[in-house]
Amino acid sequence: MNLFDSKKKLALAGVLCGLVAVCLAIFGNPANMAFCIACFIRDTAGALGLHQAEVVQYARPEIIGLVLGAFIISLATKEYSSTAGSAPMIRFVLGMVLVIGSLVFLGCPLRMVIRMSAGDLNAWVALIGFILGVGTGVIALKKGFSLGRAYVTHKTNGVVLPALMLSILLLALFTSLLKASESGPGSMHAPLIMSLIGGLIFGALAQKSRMCFAGAIRDVMLMRNFDLMTVIGGLFVVMLIFNIASGRFVFGFNTPGIIAHSQHLWNILGMYAVGFAAVLLGGCPLRQLILAGQGSSDSAVTVLGMFAGAAISHNFGLASSGTALNPETQEVIAGAVTNNGKIALIICIIICFVIAFTNKREGAKS
Amino acid sequence: MKEVDARGLSCPEPLMLAGEALKNTKEPIKVLVTEPHQKVNVEKFAKSRGKTVVSSETEEGFEITIS
Repeated sequence: MNLFDSKKKLALAGVLCGLVAVCLAIFGNPANMAFCIACFIRDTAGALGLHQAEVVQYARPEIIGLVLGAFIISLATKEYSSTAGSAPMIRFVLGMVLVIGSLVFLGCPLRMVIRMSAGDLNAWVALIGFILGVGTGVIALKKGFSLGRAYVTHKTNGVVLPALMLSILLLALFTSLLKASESGPGSMHAPLIMSLIGGLIFGALAQKSRMCFAGAIRDVMLMRNFDLMTVIGGLFVVMLIFNIASGRFVFGFNTPGIIAHSQHLWNILGMYAVGFAAVLLGGCPLRQLILAGQGSSDSAVTVLGMFAGAAISHNFGLASSGTALNPETQEVIAGAVTNNGKIALIICIIICFVIAFTNKREGAKS
Repeated sequence: MKEVDARGLSCPEPLMLAGEALKNTKEPIKVLVTEPHQKVNVEKFAKSRGKTVVSSETEEGFEITIS
């Protein structure tokens, strides 16, 4: 099975992934979140007790499904390859940046596109930052940036993250050890089996189509190649049709209840950091999960960095709050970025610059 | 034949290195990559530039000859 050999197949993969997100939104996932890598890693980190924010704790089967879906399809189609050794600790730190930036904006690039399709203008503003971040990463690549080579390792290395994900699933199914929110976004979810199947399908399609939100923009900038953009386009169109048809399309900035805020500068900077870090890593948060599933221990370390970033974000108050409606007074309470979040984000951007311009490919001019 | 060793590098480095090599020589080039998706990416990239591609599997990944 090859989805990568024609634009029609790539668009179809995007459409199918969009339909998965639509189903999950209909059956209980938070409105306008549907399928968000950063939010769901944050929820899973909460379920494991890595942070204590009670409203965002739930072992999201979508994350487990994504990794296992990519693992199974890559084994079945002989694309599984156990590799490791390309700057693991730098990748860990960049993984933290991905989630800290995402939680300042309130969503990963996938959720940004989902929010854009629902008319949330804050997400369109954040897109500016994401494009600029990817662009900065592209400049670094042109100047010879590289995190160095990964090497083929024993096959069992690449199985570790999928096995850990399977363990979380088993804990969720057969024990009461994991934390689960009773209110807030963490309490809103589609039935476990549906989320798991959705994740498996999404993971398999993302693996075969190479879906990557940062890669889509990067490839257009670097090579005028629109292949990955076609996948994202397919997903966007399906979500747009769904949102309009179901009356969920709300065009504007202050839209209570969708977990977003309207601090434009910080929306831009949040996604700037995510776009920048994603290009340095060779892929967006979704792509890191998929690469980890197909055997990359370097991406698995990045995923661990994302979990650490999520824990830090909620333990130290870095995550922003969403615009909400006071149920009694019907007054709109504007969401906001915290001071800690602003400082952390600036540090994240500085770290990206240091990494980008101190890690050069063999033979590249310094 | 010029050899581009892109084994183990993250995306899009294999494509950038292959593109650079193609720009600098009219001779056929050989590109080495580790992962199947990188092989597909390089093949597609070369074909989009009107090149002929022959690939084979090696012990450490794939060898793609572009002419």
